[in-house]
Amino acid sequence: MKDFQIKKSAKKYDAVIVGSGAGGGMAGYVLAHAGLKVLMLEAGPYFDPVIDSHQLKWPWESPRRGASTVRPFGDFDAAYGGWEIEGEPYTRKDNTKFEWFRSRMLGGRTNHWGRISLRMGPHDFKGKTYDGATDDWPISYEDVKPYYDKVDRLIGIYGTKEGIENEPDGIFLRPPKPRLTELFIKEAGKKTGVTVIPGRGSVLTEKLPGNKDRGVCFFCGQCSRSCKVYGDFSSSSCLVIPAIKTGNLEVISNAMVREVMTGKDGKAKGVSYVDRGNLQEYQVEGAMVILAASACESARILLNSKSVDHPNGLANGSGIIGKYLHDSTGVSMSGFLPQLLDRKRYNEDGLGSVHIYSPWWLDNKNLDFPRGYHIEYGGGMRMPSYGFGGGIAHINGLVPDRNGNKKESGGYGKSFKDDQRRFYGASVGMAGRGTAIAREDNYCEIDPHTVDKYGIPVLRFHYKWTDAELKQAKHMQETFAEMLHAMGAVVTTPMKGPEEDYGLLEPGKIIHELGTVRMGDDPQSSALNKWCQAHECDNLFVTDGAPFVQQGDKNPTWTILALAMRTAEYILDQRKKQNLPS
Amino acid sequence: MNRRDTLKVLGLTAVGTTLLLPGCGIDGKSTLIDKENLEAQPGREAFEIERINRLNKEKFFDDHEMATLAVLADIIIPKDDVSGSATDAGVPDFIEFIVKDIPEHKLPMRGGLKWLDVHCLNRFDAVFKDCSAEQQIEVVDEIAYPNKVKPGMEVGVAFFNRMRNLTASGFYTTQMGVEDIGYVGNTPNVWKGVPPEVLAQYGLSDDS
Repeated sequence: MKDFQIKKSAKKYDAVIVGSGAGGGMAGYVLAHAGLKVLMLEAGPYFDPVIDSHQLKWPWESPRRGASTVRPFGDFDAAYGGWEIEGEPYTRKDNTKFEWFRSRMLGGRTNHWGRISLRMGPHDFKGKTYDGATDDWPISYEDVKPYYDKVDRLIGIYGTKEGIENEPDGIFLRPPKPRLTELFIKEAGKKTGVTVIPGRGSVLTEKLPGNKDRGVCFFCGQCSRSCKVYGDFSSSSCLVIPAIKTGNLEVISNAMVREVMTGKDGKAKGVSYVDRGNLQEYQVEGAMVILAASACESARILLNSKSVDHPNGLANGSGIIGKYLHDSTGVSMSGFLPQLLDRKRYNEDGLGSVHIYSPWWLDNKNLDFPRGYHIEYGGGMRMPSYGFGGGIAHINGLVPDRNGNKKESGGYGKSFKDDQRRFYGASVGMAGRGTAIAREDNYCEIDPHTVDKYGIPVLRFHYKWTDAELKQAKHMQETFAEMLHAMGAVVTTPMKGPEEDYGLLEPGKIIHELGTVRMGDDPQSSALNKWCQAHECDNLFVTDGAPFVQQGDKNPTWTILALAMRTAEYILDQRKKQNLPS
Repeated sequence: MNRRDTLKVLGLTAVGTTLLLPGCGIDGKSTLIDKENLEAQPGREAFEIERINRLNKEKFFDDHEMATLAVLADIIIPKDDVSGSATDAGVPDFIEFIVKDIPEHKLPMRGGLKWLDVHCLNRFDAVFKDCSAEQQIEVVDEIAYPNKVKPGMEVGVAFFNRMRNLTASGFYTTQMGVEDIGYVGNTPNVWKGVPPEVLAQYGLSDDS
């Protein structure tokens, strides 16, 4: 029989951080720079974009030409993992749907994300006060604003000052100029009354003041592959690796955390984990534990951390952990612009985040759904990869040929090759990302019947969209159709009706899941206080998307970063005041 | 990091990338990439490399099927004034790989090829690849236009759609295909907006 033992580390750290994405990376960065001895556990391998990015590779350098067989966003995408990971299942309850995306790698999902960096606005933090449709956070925009400002300066973000109340401006670098398709979209915005403004993204369009380690964007448009010159934000390149260089942060890779260990005093004393490579069990101790394993993974760790003092799982006397799970809504539509057929060729890769976008521009008081969405746009002359060209055979009959004659869709031969050239770069796409209401009845919990290959009980999801999301999705489709028609586009995706949820994607597909360990002033209805510190265990913190009370339509990363920085600074302050052990 | 350093990182000068590699040995533990008999590759998990190695050792299509794929691929993408043919670009080998990588292609491709041969045998007393060029085109014309399909030919249309998709994927993801389509990116540059002559062509301005 195999010798089974748990190896215990003799070293005791000031803090043990679980997870190396935006929240863990920022907590580690702040604490290590302040001189704390920090251990970070990452469930996946070490990843440094300088070495590991597939940036600037050509499609023929992949035997599957970039197909998404093993990586959901294609063979060159940075993310290790996806919605399905071998040996790490999850389940659903009551025939509901939820798709759980996990990136197991240093930096987590920040290596491949879209770098769209939006602040939540005053209404987003105070939805109950504003109109009653969503719960209030225990903090306001004014509480978080100083940290958003610091994140802007530390990491860098481009954008423009617009003065829109619920779309707060930041400290911006120069935004990229629009591409040709995007100029048509701006025109359509004027015709339809949809606000279209320059994008906001964490890409260095110019030198970041005070930073010598990061290069400036060279416009390959491939942020999703992660950047070898650190021209965009990944937690690996911009937070964790610089924190390692202080000498105060150590990272253990392939460390899959089982649970938070607690002492006789009920406080967190460390974590236990299994090495994903050799399955050896370990325990490490720290004066505090900071969970940033992703909203659902952090909830899972807490729910699995059962003890005499914490029978429902750690920090879960309220029973709230896992509840209020919410992901952004997502709907998309595409077409092509006949005026762009046979367009001139030039390099319009641009940068890999959004050049333009539409912040929510309407007042929900006049609408039949409570919360809005923003719109992201795509199209143009992109690098071919698996899937390229086949679709032409379904749209080449939608417009007359060069001689003005009607043409039958489909075909082959020289005319097929000619159609490829004719249609290349004429496509246009729109994707809405909207606020989903955080609801107690949408949750993850421990599945009592199932474990993963490490023997860790897995999550079971229960999630249903409601009228609020469905009517919003319907509105998105109608807006996209209106804009596409306004710019003279031929729509190539059919409108979807109620039987298809108006095109609304399944929850989890947008990968903005949040809210599972929410903060609040009342320990009966929240697990964390307004500093992301557990009500029931004061040396336990959560700094990923789990503390969110309610998202806005804003992509969550910038808020995760700001809150993690705020919590890390609170930890330093509390140590100084001797409210936390140091 | 200045522009020269940037180019170094990208391997665009002789200096290469080694200067910027950070110190290793952060934890010294085994990683998934270290399994025996596997050559670690940057940016790849071990299972990805294993999968590619395994698929490359398997053979799916037999010689007759490969020959038929070649004829079909070159009907879909023949040589013209701009670029070579699908077989010039190695499309049949790509299709052999991709059906193993995405197994949902296997049955419809094998079955579709068989359907095509049986159809041709009944009609021309020869399998597809042995039919005359005129006969091959006569059949292809009946399955290449999804919106005007004759009753009974739907399976042929479904097969041809798939074959055309895979052929296009295989061709336009090669250097030949990328040059044909005119994609000129994937290289360091400075994006300054839409070129002035293109703005003028469409009567647009990007000043707003």
